[in-house]
Amino acid sequence: MLRRLNKKQPASFEFTKKNLKWAKNQILKYPVGRQASAVIPLLWRAQEQEGWLSQPAIECVAELLKMDAIRVFEVASFYFMFQLSPVGDVAHIQVCGTTPCMLCNSEDLIKVCKEKISPEPHCLSTDGKFSWEEVECLGACANAPVAHIGKDYYEDLSTEKFKSLLDELASGIVPRPGSQLSRFSSEPEGGLTSLHGSIENEFNASVSEAVQKGDTIKRILE
Amino acid sequence: MTTYREVMIDKKIVEVDPCLTIMQACEQIGVEIPRFCYHERLSIAGNCRMCLVEVVGGPPKPTASCAMQIKDLRPGPNGEPPQIKTSSAMVRKAREGVMEFLLINHPLDCPICDQGGECDLQDQAVAYGVDFSRYREPKRAVEDLNLGPLIETHMTRCISCTRCVRFTTEVAGIAQMGQTGRGEDSEITSYLSQSLKSELQGNIIDLCPVGALTSKPYAFSARSWELQKTDSIDVMDALGSNIRLDCKGREIMRILPRNNDKINEEWISDKTRFVFDGLRRQRVDKPYIRKDGRLVEVDWEEALDNVSINVSGKKIASVIGDMTSTESIYALRLLTERLSGTYECRVDKSCLSTSDRSGYVGTAAIADLDNCDKVVLIGSNPRLESPVFNARIRRAWLNGAEIYLIGQKVNLTYEYNYLGEDRSALKALIKNVDLDLNNNTFVVLGQGALIDDDGEEVLAATKKIVDTYSCKFLILHTAASRVGAMEVGFTHSDGIDSALEGAEVVFNLGMDEFDLPKNCFVIYQGSHGDRGAHRADVILPGACYTEESGIFVNTEGRPQLALRANFPPGESKENWAIIRALAGKLNLDLGYNNLQELRTKLINEFPHLGRLDQIKTPEWVKSKFKEFSGNQLFKPYYLNYYKTNPVARASLIMNDLSKNLDLENQIIAAE
Repeated sequence: MLRRLNKKQPASFEFTKKNLKWAKNQILKYPVGRQASAVIPLLWRAQEQEGWLSQPAIECVAELLKMDAIRVFEVASFYFMFQLSPVGDVAHIQVCGTTPCMLCNSEDLIKVCKEKISPEPHCLSTDGKFSWEEVECLGACANAPVAHIGKDYYEDLSTEKFKSLLDELASGIVPRPGSQLSRFSSEPEGGLTSLHGSIENEFNASVSEAVQKGDTIKRILE
Repeated sequence: MTTYREVMIDKKIVEVDPCLTIMQACEQIGVEIPRFCYHERLSIAGNCRMCLVEVVGGPPKPTASCAMQIKDLRPGPNGEPPQIKTSSAMVRKAREGVMEFLLINHPLDCPICDQGGECDLQDQAVAYGVDFSRYREPKRAVEDLNLGPLIETHMTRCISCTRCVRFTTEVAGIAQMGQTGRGEDSEITSYLSQSLKSELQGNIIDLCPVGALTSKPYAFSARSWELQKTDSIDVMDALGSNIRLDCKGREIMRILPRNNDKINEEWISDKTRFVFDGLRRQRVDKPYIRKDGRLVEVDWEEALDNVSINVSGKKIASVIGDMTSTESIYALRLLTERLSGTYECRVDKSCLSTSDRSGYVGTAAIADLDNCDKVVLIGSNPRLESPVFNARIRRAWLNGAEIYLIGQKVNLTYEYNYLGEDRSALKALIKNVDLDLNNNTFVVLGQGALIDDDGEEVLAATKKIVDTYSCKFLILHTAASRVGAMEVGFTHSDGIDSALEGAEVVFNLGMDEFDLPKNCFVIYQGSHGDRGAHRADVILPGACYTEESGIFVNTEGRPQLALRANFPPGESKENWAIIRALAGKLNLDLGYNNLQELRTKLINEFPHLGRLDQIKTPEWVKSKFKEFSGNQLFKPYYLNYYKTNPVARASLIMNDLSKNLDLENQIIAAE
């Protein structure tokens, strides 16, 4: 996929006070003269703040690290995790399309995205709430098909489940992440076949964190 | 003292410096290793994989020889020297594989490609590739860039060697080009599609191993094998860059650099490279005489008659331009002397000293920059006065040298410590022991500082600094002919004004930059219909620098021989021949009948000019600096880099570049 700067760019970008402090602390981690090493964390923070990397954001990071803007853009355009076009206000949906997920019908999920969000990836939905893209293996093959939304994975998805998930997100509710088939984690669907024992917690660690905070789609959690 | 290390390359045991890479070691013993991305003057990228070799006992895969050092090789199990194979089955297969991958997306448009015939990819495909393709899928296509009026791009041909990115970043010092994206979608881009802003950008055309970056002005005008190549010397600045003139028929089709480590390495500036269209335009190819206020075409006989009538018995003064060969200057000196006239080469009122050779060639060689740890620039903007020299200063800076600047604050493509803009800053530098200037300090004095009326004091003050701290000293000239003219004594003791004072006849040999006094008869001998020709009463059409053989002495005092590539157009003649013919008309014997005799006579009088490519170090004359008479500002010598001489002013390409520059300056001013 050709990755270039978006045609429409905002006039300016500035780190929030908090993020700037965070960024400066990151820069301190590296020895003198090696500040450019902080480029990925800083770009990531800029993306967490705005949702995507605009040209002013790239230039802001370049200035902070005393790098040339083209060098920062090289990094931003190399890694697919950096979004170079605006993403949905509510969430950017990343559907895994690699073989195990594809065998478990992830193509249907992508069809849902095309219907409900936009026919093309990296485009905003008409209400501006969502955008989507197909990504490479998310590493949760045992719970295929998987979509990466916000900070967590939504696993064991079916088309219906995925549709209602999107509806819930649109109405402001943050659905519980993790397996949507009430699996604890990646154990067999029909229950444990070995290493029997009781599970004390209701949810696994990442899900319970999300439940406790009541959120998993905000990009920067306080 | 390096301890050499034994390695076995292709079953031959050799001793090499362990700091070398495998590729360099192989090169030393004459084993050729193919490469695309590796370039000895750029950083190592290691991304083309064409230079793969087999290292026995290393990882069981081929190794990129451009990026592996000899000292990192492991010896054999019993302490045998490490073994490198450059033509084993593994290596051959690896090269074929790499070649196949490179050719997957490379278009088969060699017949319409300007690189055809001098293309690394073509040559290496023949030498190391296979003769068939297994690839049946669609090829990728890449959008072309707009890099400005000089460089044409065909990015589909690009093999992503990143030489252009590395050159512009490391040597030219501009941060515009980069490689973005990844995998199949990676592309060489310029940031925000900017056109390149550098005076050295043309070099990426030479660096590009394929036809992705080609010359726009040269596009589709010739094939490399039908060009006749002539070694010459550049006269656009005083550096004396070594160039090659490529001729088709009578015309120069392009200008390329020749390697000379002592001067230009293998770079040339854009003005040098792209000025060739100026050699064909605005030429005066017939003699002219001014009759009733209008210039009228005449034949040589009449023109020379006219000159001889107007010259005899009159007080004559001769001046020369920036691009005249030393032989012609010498011949003109002989002629003017016989006519009891005055002559002067410092037409810009530069205060170079006539008696003291160290006061116009300095003591340093350009290559001394490589080992210096401090560079002091005084009244000079080397980026405009000699871009290739500036790139060398930049490299010294990259290697850790401190740069100091006295003069106008400008972007030199590297950081510098700014010492001030006026004479007091220079004076303060003499006593400034904190800077710790020493014999590894390179002092560059620009012409901009010498053309003011206190130029002599500036020269003396600079020499005082050189005296005090025993620095290396270079005067950065702007005129290619200047040092040669100084060497043959084409000067008048009190400078140009006094040389021209009371002159009834002025013989102007190719000088178009400055006004001549009114009410005198002007003979203009030159190549272009520029300012000098407009002022002339007689025009004698002369040859350009490509059209006659001549010695040029560069800014460090190194005489170099330029050969003739083509013939002067129309009725114009070589400059030494015109002067000889004129002397004949005046019944004067200048002691030569052809160029060889003239050159022999010149070398007899100035033996060091005959020792080509060698610098005669001048005797150092101590400075007698006391005090500046005022506190003037240092002014720039050039305002427009692209319009410094008649050839450049006649060139459409240079005009385009100059317009772009004006536009940019307007935008900057508006902001």
